[in-house]
Amino acid sequence: MTPATDLPQTQPKLAENIAHFARALRRAGLPIGPGRVIDAIRAVEAAGFTRREDFFWTLYAVFVTRPEQREVFAQLFRLFWRDPRELQELVAATIPALRQAEPSPPGAAEARAADALLGGNWPEDNADPDRPEIRLDASDSASTAERIRTLDFDQMTNAELAEARRMIARLTLPVPPLATRRRAPAAIGRVDPARTLRQALRRGGELQRPARTKPKDRWPDLVVLCDISGSMTRTSRMILHFVHAVAQARGQGWARVHAFTFGTRLTNITRHMRARDVDAALAAAGAEAQDWEGGTRIGNCLHDFNRDWSRRVMGQGAVVLLVTDGLDRGDPARLAAEAERLHLSARRVIWLNPLLSFDGFAPKARGIRALLPHVDSFLAGHSVASLDALGAALARSGDMGEKPLHISKLRRA
Amino acid sequence: MTLPAGIDDTQAMLAAQNYVASRALSTVTYLSLTLGRPLFLEGEAGTGKTEIAKTLAAALGRDLIRLQCYEGLDAASAAYDWNFSAQMIAIRTAEAAGTADPEMLNRNLFGPDFLIERPLLQAMRPHEAGPPVLLIDEVDRADEPFEAYLLEALSDFQITIPELGTIRAPEPPIVILTSNRTREIHDALKRRCLYHWVDYPDFAREMEILRARVPGAADRLAQEVTAFVQALRATDLFKKPGVAETIDWARCLIALDAVALSPELVSDTLGALLKYQDDIARIEGAEATRILNEVRSSLGPA
Repeated sequence: MTPATDLPQTQPKLAENIAHFARALRRAGLPIGPGRVIDAIRAVEAAGFTRREDFFWTLYAVFVTRPEQREVFAQLFRLFWRDPRELQELVAATIPALRQAEPSPPGAAEARAADALLGGNWPEDNADPDRPEIRLDASDSASTAERIRTLDFDQMTNAELAEARRMIARLTLPVPPLATRRRAPAAIGRVDPARTLRQALRRGGELQRPARTKPKDRWPDLVVLCDISGSMTRTSRMILHFVHAVAQARGQGWARVHAFTFGTRLTNITRHMRARDVDAALAAAGAEAQDWEGGTRIGNCLHDFNRDWSRRVMGQGAVVLLVTDGLDRGDPARLAAEAERLHLSARRVIWLNPLLSFDGFAPKARGIRALLPHVDSFLAGHSVASLDALGAALARSGDMGEKPLHISKLRRA
Repeated sequence: MTLPAGIDDTQAMLAAQNYVASRALSTVTYLSLTLGRPLFLEGEAGTGKTEIAKTLAAALGRDLIRLQCYEGLDAASAAYDWNFSAQMIAIRTAEAAGTADPEMLNRNLFGPDFLIERPLLQAMRPHEAGPPVLLIDEVDRADEPFEAYLLEALSDFQITIPELGTIRAPEPPIVILTSNRTREIHDALKRRCLYHWVDYPDFAREMEILRARVPGAADRLAQEVTAFVQALRATDLFKKPGVAETIDWARCLIALDAVALSPELVSDTLGALLKYQDDIARIEGAEATRILNEVRSSLGPA
């Protein structure tokens, strides 16, 4: 469908360009259908085409529907509605930048905007013969997707990491609700005599239909404690992507998602996880946590958590997701005591350990031996598939993961 | 007053009502008025989202109909309801008079006489002053099923009452929806609206707002207040102060006969600006003094 069909052909070029712009926005992830394009052309007709600023805000009013899209829109607008020669230069400047192996820094709305403009039907005249394939299409073969799902984060190339991040953004972490003794109004269920009578009173004593109730469900909170020390670099970044996806997804259960990072000190990054744009969220979290890729003092950090945050975020029977490799330099006795304290105040403690992906894993490190008895469930957390499996483990209330296996190894040793 | 003829016109019209609108907000308001599309405003609390509906109604001389959303809001309290007690009285009277003809009763009981009009239906009715301004405030507080109900009302400007039929607005009302974004509104609703994110204003515009809203403030005080609030927004607070708080604070300071800020004055009146104990504890004292000194040095000598 060409968006310009039922519109007067006054500015055919402009209408066409708006349609192209809309397509670029769509590639950058904004949900824009043909209806919006027609709206945009009508709006530009109404507002006139005299000032660049007005033109910007006119298109903005039609195309943007969420605050996190603002930056991508602004960048794309700047790139798209500029002198075409300038754009050529920009492309020439961007391609070598993209060719460099290291991933784009986490302030990436601009990168995404450039990617949306460059990806797709870009004229091939400045294409480089040995230009590597940067974009990994979502419609890749199933086997590639399957390989990335099970590949260890630490062994991925940048392109694979990007694809894995995209897969993680779609992951959910469903949780079964907790039954409570309280009841809530419902269409079907047990009759609520008190409310039925109250309703009848309001209507002069006429009983109309009985009010009914059903048991009320309550959703647990999720507390994520993520190790960001040097030994966990890649995994912790991917886990934070996962936490962001879980914190953002609505309607999958969790009442609230609290996130903390720890290395040498404990940092609360819950507020930063609320930013809708994952790049912005991680950048803010990174700025807040000062101890990326440093050493680990799990015991001290758990102590800080138990003292400062435990009562504030775990009052309602929260599920704790502890993400660490358990390689600790502190005192094992102190770690064990703090882990026990944590275990006692949580509904469930689940330990995600990326080291568990190795076949010959044995609980030999002191930290692991101290922690293991005080968690309910011990699971691997090294790949997209293992994160996906987490939801299933949560649904089985008694699931202990690989804990029994390793506890028995501990006893034998 | 007729609709404005252009974006400049819109901006001037809002300014005449003491509402200082950015170019962006004027553009989207003008488009909404011209294209007859609902205007969807999202932003932090206290940035003037509700105010623009009141301003528009006053500027255009239209009636303002406000629908405050809350959890559990349903069609009976948003669109229409039947006056049950009046219906019962009518039935009893008819019985007593012995004129209870079932068909007559049925036709009369579900007629306009017994219909209670709620805001949505009121907005669809013809008004003397022209189509009214319908403000659907804090739509994020209503339940999701209510959004679906709004879809019919907002896309076709009609409401269907099973007993009466469909009531169409002769002229579509000017609809403004606001949301504080405590949850995401469904795209189907947003798609039918023009979207605008109302941000905190910059220093110059906030000064303008303060001058328009609190004309009694001395120039120096207004500058210091604005610069202080702007600096406060740059710090990591749980709830950043909105424009409404700036105006409140300026009014508080005037009530205390202040001509310039001092650290004690800031500490005493911080409650007008920050509404969370954590934030107040963090800013009070040394931090407030530091910000105040920075503000002073950036503004230069009085």
